[in-house]
Amino acid sequence: MKNISAIMKRELYGYFTTPVAYVFIVIFLFLTGIFTFYLGSFYERAQADLDPFFRFHPWLYLFLIPAIAMRLWSEERKSGTIELLMTLPISVSEAVIGKFLAAWCFTGIALALTFPIWITVNYLGEPDNTVIVASYLGSFLMAGGFLSIGSCISAITKSQVIAFVISVVICFLFVLSGFPLVLDFFQAWAPHALVDAIASFSFLTHFDSIKKGVIDFRDLVYFAILITFWLYATVVVIDSRKAS
Amino acid sequence: MTTENQSIAIEVKALDKQFGPIHAVRDVSFSVSHGEVLGFLGPNGAGKSTTMKMITGFLEPTSGTVIVNGNDVTTHPIEVKSSIGYLPEGAPSYGEMTVLSFLRFIAEIRGFKGAEAEKKIDAVVKKINLEMVLGQTIETLSKGFKRRVGMAQTIIHDPDVLIMDEPTDGLDPNQKHEVRSLIKEMAEKKAIIISTHILEEVDAICTRAIIIAAGKILFDGTPQELRATSDKNDIDDAFRIITTQHYEQHGERAHS
Repeated sequence: MKNISAIMKRELYGYFTTPVAYVFIVIFLFLTGIFTFYLGSFYERAQADLDPFFRFHPWLYLFLIPAIAMRLWSEERKSGTIELLMTLPISVSEAVIGKFLAAWCFTGIALALTFPIWITVNYLGEPDNTVIVASYLGSFLMAGGFLSIGSCISAITKSQVIAFVISVVICFLFVLSGFPLVLDFFQAWAPHALVDAIASFSFLTHFDSIKKGVIDFRDLVYFAILITFWLYATVVVIDSRKAS
Repeated sequence: MTTENQSIAIEVKALDKQFGPIHAVRDVSFSVSHGEVLGFLGPNGAGKSTTMKMITGFLEPTSGTVIVNGNDVTTHPIEVKSSIGYLPEGAPSYGEMTVLSFLRFIAEIRGFKGAEAEKKIDAVVKKINLEMVLGQTIETLSKGFKRRVGMAQTIIHDPDVLIMDEPTDGLDPNQKHEVRSLIKEMAEKKAIIISTHILEEVDAICTRAIIIAAGKILFDGTPQELRATSDKNDIDDAFRIITTQHYEQHGERAHS
């Protein structure tokens, strides 16, 4: 635990002493604003909820989270600091978890900074705040899912560009598999169980259900398993590099 | 005479490493006792760094074992890593961190807390003369200072075993002298392995030299013995004779 927190602190320090953190947060807030008010027609709908805000989170994360995750391991490999890190008395899983938690914590900070929109909607009407809290939780969990995928891909390559592109593609598959367009295509001919299985892999399916304000145990388990799986894969990738 | 000072610290047995088709380290065996400074010599690409990376647990050997203070590096990596101070080639460190925050991070990982950590950092900062750059980010430092930060990271926990990959590479003569004095100073109680291309360094600080080429140990003995292999009693000459002979034989075998 002590090592995890040491790694996490160092990573977070790294975010905030370089422009990475500030650029990310500004772009994130700017884009959530645009999506909510223009594409989401926040005012025109005249409904006191934050659906137009949360609806676009999967699509924003699709590009922004891999940008955060790509540096997790690629940078260490490129600058050679991985040799320093991996010869310190820590286990690979401690390093993987510490780095992941730092990145997750960072996206949590960015997400928390969207609070003015929550204040706005409360000022304009009387929204169901439990739904909003659940949606924030769902969005945060989904960010963790994206990040864990990005962490694994970043461990594979020295190149941050490659890490970014591959992460986006894999994350896109995880989003896409719940998209009505894709599901409709399968619905026409595939058995119900298969369609459900495909949908159940998707971030969208689980995020949508949490977004409705119902925090189902199954959705929490989904994200927990997803994150654990990809972090475990990260450990395996880093371990295998030792032997190659 | 078997005092505690001379107990074996590092034991390398039949170490082998293969990277795909490249056989980087072949059946390397040696041991280093406390109080010894082992100089690792050899042409570029000879397998020096690879061997060091296997001793420190960064790479896994294809076969063979490494035992550091009684612990096998593949089965007890954390114990081994705790007792080693390792300076990787080029002394990589986190450029965006200040020297002080970097050393705090290392101290924390090495298990020091609060006042004890500050004490350790103070001691190492004084020893290596880092006072004036403590608040500077590492990426803005000169090469010499970067290397010093790497050294500080290596010795902050007063490790029993020191492994340094080309610690004086790229430094100016004064800085080289500083690093050498530091190593000499620590040599008495520790087991130290350094790799180098500078043969005078072997004379200056090493109690033993190993020459490795194409992944094989070609010579293992004292610097005096190494020098004696040359007719001119010259260490450069001795190195050249040993390494070129090996490559020539290798070349011939490849042709026939």
